[in-house]
Amino acid sequence: MANLKTTEKKTKAQSMGLHTEVLTGKTQQKFFNPDEAENFYYWGTYDVDFNKRIDLDVNDLDCKEANKKIDELMSQGYGTIVIKNPQGKHSLGVGVLNKLNLIFEGSLGYFGVGSIDGPTVRINGRVGWSCAENMMAGKVVIEKNAGSCFGAAVRGGDLICKGSVGARTGIDQKGGTIIVGGDAGAFTGFMMQRGRIIILGNVGINLGDSMYDGTIYVGGKIGSFGSDAIESPMTKSDIDWIKRKLKVAEIGENFDISKMTKVVAGKKLWNYDALEPTEKKGAI
Amino acid sequence: MCGIAGLIHRGKSSNVGNELQAMLQALKHRGPDSTGYALYADNDGENFIMRFKVGENVGEGSTSVNEDESVYDKRKELVDDMLKNLGAKVLKEEKLTPYSYRYEMKYDNDLMDFSKKIESIESVEILSIGKSLELIKDLGDAKIVLDRYDLGKVTGTHAIGHARMATESGVDIKSAHPFWGYPFSDVSVVHNGQLTNYWNNRRVLENKGMRFMSECDSELIAVYLAEKMRNGATLEEGMKDSLSGLDGVFTYFVATKDSLGMAKDTMAAKPLVLYESDDLVAMGSEEIAIRSILPHEIDTYDPFDGEVKVWQI
Repeated sequence: MANLKTTEKKTKAQSMGLHTEVLTGKTQQKFFNPDEAENFYYWGTYDVDFNKRIDLDVNDLDCKEANKKIDELMSQGYGTIVIKNPQGKHSLGVGVLNKLNLIFEGSLGYFGVGSIDGPTVRINGRVGWSCAENMMAGKVVIEKNAGSCFGAAVRGGDLICKGSVGARTGIDQKGGTIIVGGDAGAFTGFMMQRGRIIILGNVGINLGDSMYDGTIYVGGKIGSFGSDAIESPMTKSDIDWIKRKLKVAEIGENFDISKMTKVVAGKKLWNYDALEPTEKKGAI
Repeated sequence: MCGIAGLIHRGKSSNVGNELQAMLQALKHRGPDSTGYALYADNDGENFIMRFKVGENVGEGSTSVNEDESVYDKRKELVDDMLKNLGAKVLKEEKLTPYSYRYEMKYDNDLMDFSKKIESIESVEILSIGKSLELIKDLGDAKIVLDRYDLGKVTGTHAIGHARMATESGVDIKSAHPFWGYPFSDVSVVHNGQLTNYWNNRRVLENKGMRFMSECDSELIAVYLAEKMRNGATLEEGMKDSLSGLDGVFTYFVATKDSLGMAKDTMAAKPLVLYESDDLVAMGSEEIAIRSILPHEIDTYDPFDGEVKVWQI
């Protein structure tokens, strides 16, 4: 456990009674020392071969059994796993922390492919609430519609829905990119903190409500702006970036990006301007 | 958290009892306390079906007070006497459990006055009155309730149902869904969510002569819509009005003799997955409910915030 000591130099936050201690233990030293590489092991990951492919029918499995089976197959080196008959079951494909081609032939229920870090996922059906929640890296493509809280708290990677999504898409988003080919519901980008959202269709009311940071691009009509969300001019770099991302997402080939609306935080709700950079990171 | 499910066959009848059971059983994890069915059955359409209870189910985790079953028979006799006085002619009566009955009867006068008089008998509650509506609710999961009331053979055009997790009121039949849209025949409501202006609305509606049988916030939706319809609004108009008239978070279904509707609050805080084709609409709190009757690959979607939809048979 890290040691604690009291700092002498006080920042504004510390003078208000916050953060009077700093960490001095091993966690404050080098996280990834190349000399110790062999001591680092990312638990639950496997080296897989993309050319090694297998079908897995989960019709008669519950989500725990199905996820355990996926884990077993990865441990055997299978790099392309095709899930048959997902039947809208919840929490399938969660916690995959390595490279993998994961293909779902059908629809997922709630919390599908949550907390993943690295796989490429293609879902040929629809997904329920909170798809790819807390995703760290990788790419997820949904061919049909998605439920609410799509990409809640994602931190990285590309999350793509070719259809429409429900309410609170990108709620608490911390990084990465969410791309939606259709419409999005109310409170899109609610309290997002970083990352980008691209919606080619219309969005509902309270877009970007209480967003701290990040950027939302909307191609259609906006129901209303949320608290502290404001429009910002589109730049050439915005257009170039969106063009590249839509190509990756395989949607919006002929979409007129220049007419999109760019929405950012007005930053009037910010209350941590005076914090040190490291403290800002902690606050975010 | 509760689970709701509904389906409507357009242009044909089906085994809605078994279909709704499958959907609600798939949602059991959302609400294990009680289950309710509102089935719109292929009855002859000539006579009223009245389902009522004279007491509570005191087993299966019930929060109700234990009563001697002899009082149930006494109350039933009082109901029979009242029906005679009101001029209702009972054609067929079935005792379903010690505490619940199904009567087939003829009655031609005002249902509001009728209901008030029947329910003036202690602990008697009309669960539903209708010419096609068969409203059944009891403690236990969907399979238990289906078996207890022999609903597996019921055919009809549409149905709504509810798997309840009791949060706002007791584990009892009176707080279970669906709620009958008193005093309208064949109107029923199920709800997933929480209403925050229940007491304000209840006081207003009670002053207008409407009746509440429980302290379950969801009952407000049935009464609210019934009051709107009593004043001439269509079902869809009443539902649209409810989006601003009801505070809180909700997804609810309402069914009438020939239609099925859904409404979702303006925050879209409660889930709903919807499947729609030319001959069938099926919807539920989770996709697995729909998959229980449509196992093949289908296109479904989440309705947006503030959306109201009504389908006809």
